[in-house]
Amino acid sequence: MTESTNTKRSKYLNPYLGGVLLGLVLLAANFIAGRGLGASGAIKSGVVTVVTAVNPHAGETSGFIREYQGAHGGSPMKSWLVFEMLGVLVGGFLSGALAGRLKFKVEHSPKITSARRLIFALSGGILFGFGSQLGRGCTSGSALSGMAVLSLGGFITMMAIFGTAFALAYFLRKNWI
Amino acid sequence: MGPLAVNEIISENTNFFLAFIIGIGFGFVLESSGFSSSRKLAGVFYGYDMVVLKVFFTGAITAMLGLLFFSLFGWVDMDLVYVNPTFLTSAIIGGVIMGVGFIMGGYCPGTSFCGASIGKIDALLFIVGLFIGVSVFGAGYNWWDELYLSGFLGSPKVSESLGLSDGVFALILIVVALVMFWAAEWAEKKFPRQEY
Repeated sequence: MTESTNTKRSKYLNPYLGGVLLGLVLLAANFIAGRGLGASGAIKSGVVTVVTAVNPHAGETSGFIREYQGAHGGSPMKSWLVFEMLGVLVGGFLSGALAGRLKFKVEHSPKITSARRLIFALSGGILFGFGSQLGRGCTSGSALSGMAVLSLGGFITMMAIFGTAFALAYFLRKNWI
Repeated sequence: MGPLAVNEIISENTNFFLAFIIGIGFGFVLESSGFSSSRKLAGVFYGYDMVVLKVFFTGAITAMLGLLFFSLFGWVDMDLVYVNPTFLTSAIIGGVIMGVGFIMGGYCPGTSFCGASIGKIDALLFIVGLFIGVSVFGAGYNWWDELYLSGFLGSPKVSESLGLSDGVFALILIVVALVMFWAAEWAEKKFPRQEY
């Protein structure tokens, strides 16, 4: 190893070690709660909370709200995924603080402007939010957690997400490289 | 024994508290692996940084093997663990839409919270988008509920569908992952890499 690579050591965790730790967190979730990790479900809880606060009878007209209320009793914010995602914000912040990565910034390729990055981030979020509802969970809840319990749907969703992104990567290369 | 909450070994409130602790672990591992950076995440689609592939597959395999062993030792009753149901049509179409969102936005929902937690404004905008996308799905639910509910296959295991035992499937997946890790290390040497 040359001196320059020694001094430029990655500031991130070894990815295979990170993966084992991620797997242990996911294993703990299944052992304790009988379910995997998730993220988009917490967003859904937030949306249902807002909608039912504005219109308490939304469940009578909206099939989406009715389906949610059928599957979850009680307050939509008192959900496992909401507590878990609050933890994600704390955990991410702690790791960033310890590594000296806390900084307000718009991260983008030098080839594009901040405005373009933000428009793409917002649009990507809209599509991901919509897709996560149709696909019954996102990369965490459907793909990663589904794979851990050998769910056929989890493997299919994982391949559809990564396959599509890979297939479109060429057309969006300016945004990233 | 496990799952503790389903077997009522721990109370509902304890389960929520532990969800928060598990979330801290989840967020900490994601951030320290570099998942708070959209450019690092997108690297997997261009070959310059394969951290997503390495962490994701190592994580899935670790948890899968853990559950297989826990089940074998009688530590967890897999009949009580949630297995995601398979709705073939919506799993594919939903996944494709998420894939478009991923390459455009550079984040997925979990990693966007991670990015926002250390101050990434683009991650915050992605989260705003998530709320809009989920709301649009909810508002127009009657238009796509047929699509949402079509292709229901129950909750089959991928190993069953392929006619393999869980253990043999796990072994094959490990071999596939090792080949992908080898390809990932090759790609990172081939494509110029920066640290974000």
